[in-house]
Amino acid sequence: MNYLQALREALVLEMRRDQSVVVLGEDVRMSLRGITKGLHEEFGPERVWDTPISESAFVGLATGAALAGLRPVVEFQVSTLLYVAMEQLVNQAQKLRYMMGGQGKIPVTYIVPGSGARPGLAGQHSDHAYPMLMQGGMKVVIPTTPQDAKGLLTAALREDDPVVVFAPAALLGARGNVSEEEFVIPLGKGKIMRIGTDVTVVAVGPCLPQALKVAEQLEPESISVEVIDPRSLLPFDYPLLQDSVRKTGRLVIFDDSNRTCGLAAEVAAHAAEQLFTFLKAPVARVTRADVPVPFSIALDKHVLPSAAQLVEAIRKILDTSTKEEGRAA
Amino acid sequence: MNVALDHTLYIELYRKMRLIRRFEERAAELVNRNEIAGNTHEYIGEEAVAVGICSALQPEDVITSTHRGHGHLLAKGGEAKKMMAELLGRSTGYNRGKGGSMHIADLSLGIYGANGMVAGGVPIAAGAAWAAKIRKTNQIAVAFFGDGGANQGVLHETMNLAGIWNLPVLFVCENNLYAVTTSVKYATAGPGIAERAKGYGFPGYVVDGMDLAAVMQAARQASDRARSGQGPSLLECRTYRFRGHFTAERALGISYRTQAEIEEWQQRDPLLLWARKLEELEVLAPVDRAAVDDQVEKLLDEAVEYARFSPWPEPQEALEHMYTQCYPGLPAKGISCHAK
Repeated sequence: MNYLQALREALVLEMRRDQSVVVLGEDVRMSLRGITKGLHEEFGPERVWDTPISESAFVGLATGAALAGLRPVVEFQVSTLLYVAMEQLVNQAQKLRYMMGGQGKIPVTYIVPGSGARPGLAGQHSDHAYPMLMQGGMKVVIPTTPQDAKGLLTAALREDDPVVVFAPAALLGARGNVSEEEFVIPLGKGKIMRIGTDVTVVAVGPCLPQALKVAEQLEPESISVEVIDPRSLLPFDYPLLQDSVRKTGRLVIFDDSNRTCGLAAEVAAHAAEQLFTFLKAPVARVTRADVPVPFSIALDKHVLPSAAQLVEAIRKILDTSTKEEGRAA
Repeated sequence: MNVALDHTLYIELYRKMRLIRRFEERAAELVNRNEIAGNTHEYIGEEAVAVGICSALQPEDVITSTHRGHGHLLAKGGEAKKMMAELLGRSTGYNRGKGGSMHIADLSLGIYGANGMVAGGVPIAAGAAWAAKIRKTNQIAVAFFGDGGANQGVLHETMNLAGIWNLPVLFVCENNLYAVTTSVKYATAGPGIAERAKGYGFPGYVVDGMDLAAVMQAARQASDRARSGQGPSLLECRTYRFRGHFTAERALGISYRTQAEIEEWQQRDPLLLWARKLEELEVLAPVDRAAVDDQVEKLLDEAVEYARFSPWPEPQEALEHMYTQCYPGLPAKGISCHAK
């Protein structure tokens, strides 16, 4: 089963289980990506609603319907459409429960399929804006495998708070075994995807497959890379990160969101505050550059974080820490 | 129709308008004495709109309100003492001191919150109407907004959605002629706010927002239409705020309305018009009205005392109520702690 099919299966099973789950968004009845394919036929027009291109309004509608007892699922066709609805997302949906002193609940799941860069889509269709949402306190998950896609989406659908599920473009076709029954992968639980001893690489979303390749590539050189898939960005599995960095003493964060105030910056700050005495070298970030993703395939690779940059970063911090150790001796 | 019952209702509506008027006057005093932090946006002069609209609502119907929201909340059944406690930032307030004047909510009364963002609550009300339509609960929803909100994109997106989905929602515009200092004439293109409903395929009406009976009638008509599945309406209630945009406006020394204009509207004070009408109908004689006023005053005395003597929220509550399901490390704290 591929990643998209796994997302669809999670949604279908949850809609069968819980009548209050309703889907809305642009073109969800035809389903451009396939996550909502066949839902209209199976569940009817009262459960699956095509919306006009009015992101602020339909995000707000989902909030009101959630307060009234439904569990809306909003699909965004392009990740940057989140920007259009930002007021309703971070200033209303995410804040209202707190601002109302804990009254009510707002169980809305926002699915963002095809997030991040895809060749030829240029700067307004290619972002991974999760840091902005996380600053507002929004729960965010970004599954990397079909199994995780099913389990994390099911968890998101059962949360009583708003959750954004990023489904990166680069992973939508990924294949893998998926358990047939319903299951939940809890938020806030990362996963060690490869065990290593020299350096910890936190690889987020579409960066994960590249990180695993790099780890394999460096093995013959006796460089042992531990790769962590955080899976859930808010809440973040800091205990898992801490255990790993205590062991390896080195940390690289490999993330396809912007560098300034991005996810990598937050994880690096955590390491500086909590893991300073365990670090043998400065923390390194391999991130997207702070420019829009350019159109030309001759340019985009210079903006997006790459495997080559990860290799370079790993070599550099190993080199730095070896020198430091030599000096200390 | 039962005449005696009507009389009771008419007196109750007078009492509610009087309650709103005096609540606002007392809140403003408390702002000026720094007992309420920041500002409030007084609803004085607009009472007939909230009371008239809410007279057509059932307890389970939903409203979303605005930054100038106290009147809507009281009209929908909000308790003065819990509102006052919220204004004073106390733990007994509706929002446990986390919202303040612009955010008071009581979900159990269908009050999905006042809102600090202009027209921000509009799609939320429509969402409640959408849920009611899906679940066939026969509820309706009211989205209050102002003439300022009439120019927000999200309002127009929501009116379009309500139009295509035929949602049981009332768009109630309180046109008080000014968005802060910007006049509605300057800011509104075309033939007016009510006319805009035509563009979305449902009726829009101009209503005399100073005349309680007129608002009640329009609200009844629009709510009947929504409840019977015929869809939304837009009511543009022409009204006027007798005071500034917010409590502190007087201190700003700005002038965008003439004294003559203010006085002209005060001639049509909705509270006085309604009192006069009840007197003419021999429903409420001046002496009985004074008794109602005293009753309101007593209730507000108690509300203010309740708020003043209520405890402040505990410090740890600052990080509570954010999530229904918390996880280790959430919500993140404002100070960094060192590794164990």
